[in-house]
This record gives sequence, structure tokens and C-alpha cells, in this order.
Amino acid sequence: MDFVTALTIFVLAMFAGFEVITKVPPILHTPLMSGANAISGITIVGALLAAGAKNEKLSMALGFLAVVFATINVVGGFAVTHRMLEMFRRRDRD
Amino acid sequence: MSETLTQALVNLAYVIAASLFILGLKGLSHPRTAVRGNLLGATGMLIAVVVTLLDRHIVGFELIIAGFVIGAAVGATLAVKIPMTAMPQLVALFNGFGGAASALVAGAALIDPVLQPPTGVTLQFGVATVLSGLIGAVTFWGSLVAFGKLQGLIEEKPVLLPGRHAINALLLLGALAVGALLVRDVESVGLYWGVVALASLLGVLLVIPIGGADMPVVISLLNSYSGLAAAATGFVLGNNALIISGSLVGAAGLILTNLMCKAMNRSLPNVLFGGVGAATTASTREQEDIYAGRVKSTSPEEVAMLLEGARRVAIIPGYGMAVAQAQYPVRDLYQLLEQRGVEVYFAIHPVAGRMPGHMNVLLAEVDIPYDKLKGLEESNALLPETDVALVVGANDVVNPKARDVNDPSNPIAGMPILEADKAKVVVIIKRSLSPGFAGIPNPLFAADNALMLFADARKALTEIVNALKEL
Repeated sequence: MDFVTALTIFVLAMFAGFEVITKVPPILHTPLMSGANAISGITIVGALLAAGAKNEKLSMALGFLAVVFATINVVGGFAVTHRMLEMFRRRDRD
Repeated sequence: MSETLTQALVNLAYVIAASLFILGLKGLSHPRTAVRGNLLGATGMLIAVVVTLLDRHIVGFELIIAGFVIGAAVGATLAVKIPMTAMPQLVALFNGFGGAASALVAGAALIDPVLQPPTGVTLQFGVATVLSGLIGAVTFWGSLVAFGKLQGLIEEKPVLLPGRHAINALLLLGALAVGALLVRDVESVGLYWGVVALASLLGVLLVIPIGGADMPVVISLLNSYSGLAAAATGFVLGNNALIISGSLVGAAGLILTNLMCKAMNRSLPNVLFGGVGAATTASTREQEDIYAGRVKSTSPEEVAMLLEGARRVAIIPGYGMAVAQAQYPVRDLYQLLEQRGVEVYFAIHPVAGRMPGHMNVLLAEVDIPYDKLKGLEESNALLPETDVALVVGANDVVNPKARDVNDPSNPIAGMPILEADKAKVVVIIKRSLSPGFAGIPNPLFAADNALMLFADARKALTEIVNALKEL
């Protein structure tokens, strides 16, 4: 992918992010942070490639560490966000 | 299947994953749709992971499975066990892990040709790798310091080193210089770790001078950095999913950072470099002038009677409520008053607590309906029509001194406050008259319509609840 294409995607996604996230009400700002945080765990995609391609020992080791960190981020992030959002929803069902 | 077709399908799956992330964040615009939104995001992540595992370059799964097992066990345990009061430090920690993962992947990409662009290493690859290592390491170490401060492992007050601005500038320039050398010669992997080492030190030194009450800004900013690190890694790998997701998170963090700064009427540089909260500036004489002979103290019984006779009550929580674990008696008080036909709402300042939305999460946990949680503007419209405003563990966010914008020494000049003083009666539950984070006395405590209840918040509220039951 050439640089300009990548930059275009980056800039447009930034705008999409601003549009969507300004609509999140303040009462949900904590789940927004933890949920966004889980999404930033997308780095796991690169970590998997590094850990699974058996080329270089060092890059495999780095990839393994990255898989651990990113999985904590993804699993922990989505789970704790779910836990919080359930609390906000609970009263609705009463 | 041909190589190009497979790659096209993989990229298609990444677009679906990215779309699900956007829809997921969109779901967070209302508590009713938020749970589904979060699940959409998690589904997107699952799709991205599964598709990546099908990549033909992945030939060994031992390390991947081991990483999954360890990461999922740690992540799930933390997510389930963490008390809601400790949410700020957990989010700080997760931010840090995201940054670390991005920096590690960029490091691996320098070594392993599988992660490099098929056309060979380009200038984009080199620059993005340096940025990924720089931002990732700053995020990781900055987040660890924030975690330590929030968890009480290290001094929460600002630690101000002499010449810290010069040191930080030198560290940043040094990291960029080493990075430039790496861009010229990407074979020298050692240089990458040089960048990471300098950035790590920078991350620590950037957060050490920031005080506890400014943590909402710091966590928001680190949240943004963790996204930008992922986006930079996306530029390294030429991967759309990383670029899109990273920029979404980057945007989220920037929006929150901006909101938090506005809620304190301070600029981001002032929060980051001002060292606010380092010293208690209020002199005893200054306090004497404001408080002497004017502060009236009250008892739980008297407060119970005030509340009993009120039609509308505002509860204004602050970080002190979280520290005292007073959200449980707050809930009891809320329920008791609602049963007796008193209208109760919670007036919540954006920077109350240690992270954006902190108070809302604590109150949601104890079953306060979300439509009772009011923001700054809505609360200030209601407060003049409110019979009793009960301040629980908040200080600077209700300090009317913020209106005094002409005093150059006023650290909270122009800060938007919850106008508790406009209520008919204000009851402040506080152990002493000690100043809040800003280090200045609070004239509200001496106001004609203010009553101080000197006690621990949890104990005081329990006593008020008991007194109410006997009325």
C-alpha cells in the first residue's frame, strides 16, 4: 500500500471517529475509553504474524510478547466494557 | 486459491472488522444500544483475528496459543475481579499494554521480512516503525506511571524535577535523532531499541510531574496515544484494519482529552507541564480570612430533617466518594428519599473522579438509573430550583472562586463549576476544611446557605440514612 493511500485512510477514519464519538454522552465516557482501548488491541493482527511465522527467533519472541499484551487488551477491554454497560442497562429491564 | 484473491478476501474481512468497530462505537451513543455496540466491536475483533490466522505465513501455532491462553486468562481475570473504584488504573494499564504491543510488533517487523512490504523496505516503513516504537514506548511507560499513581504505589502528587522541560525536550530530540539514523539504515535493529529506551524514559518523566486530579486528562491522552501507536504499526505493516482502528481510538482519546481540559478551563500544555497541585498554596491566614466565624457545622440528624422537608435534592459526588466507598450509603439515601416522594438527581462534573465518566460508573454499579445522572449544564439549570445540594467528597468542582477570573493567582479561574451555592441549602460532607487539589480555600464552605458536616463520607451518610428512617 502506498503512503498516500494509507494516509487517506488514516485521515478519513479520524474524521469518522470524531463524528461517531462526539455523540457518546458523558455518562458513558468510561466504557467508551475501555471499549476504544479494546479496539486498539487490533495490533494483535501484526503480533500473530510475528509470532507464527517461523523465520527469526527474536521476532517470534517479540511477537509472542505482543500477542500476550494485545490479548490482555482485547479480552480484558471488551469484557470489562461489557460488565460496565450491563450495569447501565440493568435498570431498564426493571 | 490464487495469492491475490486470498489477499483480497483477507482485506475484505478487515474492512468488515473496521466497520463493526465504527458501528460498535456508534452504539455507545445511548446506554440502551451500548451493550450491543460493544458486542459488535468484539465480533469485529474476532473476525480480524480468525482471518489473520488463515494467513499462509503463519506456520507455527504454539506461541500463538500460549500467548492467547496467558493473555485471555490475565485479561478476563482483571475484567471480572476489578472493583469499579479501580477502573481508572485498569484502563491506564490496558492503554499501556496496547502501546507495548504496537511497539513490539514494529520491532518484530524490522527483523522478519514477512511483516515487511512485499516491494521491499520503503521510507514509509522506516518512519512508521520509528513512530510506532516512540509512541508505543511513551504510552507503555506513561501508563505504568499513571497506574502506579492511581493505585497508590507511587507518590500521587506531582514530582517536579529541576530542568524537567529541558530533559524531556532532549529525550524527544534524542529519540528522533536515533530514529532518523534507523530510517537511513533499517538493518541496524539496535537503533530501534535505542529509540524505545529513550522514549521509555520520556514516558516516565512526562507523567511523573502530573498530579492525581489531573489524571482524567492523562488517561484520555494515553488512550489516544495507544490508538496512534496502533495506527503507526498499521503504516509499518501496510494494514488497513490497524490504520482505521488506530485512528478511531486516537480520535476518541483526543475528544476526551479536549473535553477534560475544557471542564477545567486549562490548556493541555498547562495540565501536562504546569505541575499543578504540587504545593498547597493556601496560607493559614488566607483560610482564616475566608472561614473565620462564618463556617456553620451541622449534624446527621439535622441533615435528615432538611432532606425530609425537601422537594428536590441534588447529590454532588466527587473523588472523595470513591475513596470512602460511600456510593453504597448514597444509594440507600437515594432510595429512601425517592420512596418518600423527594426528587433526587446526581450532579456530575466532567472531571469528578480520576477518569472521564468515573462517577457515573460507580453510581450505575449501585443501581442508580442513568436518567438521574445529570451533566454540568443540566445540573446548573436545576440547582437554583433545588432545596438541598449534598456535596459528597467534591471540592474544587463546586468552588465559587472559579467565577473570580480577575485574580491572576487563582488556579481555577474560569473553570466551569457545579453551582451548588445557588441551591437553597448546601450541605458539605467533609472531614475538615482542608483545600482540594487546587490548593485553595473554598468560599462555599463559609457561605450563608452552607452547612458543614464534618465526618467521613461513608459514616456520615449511613447516619443520615438511619436518622431519616426514624423520622
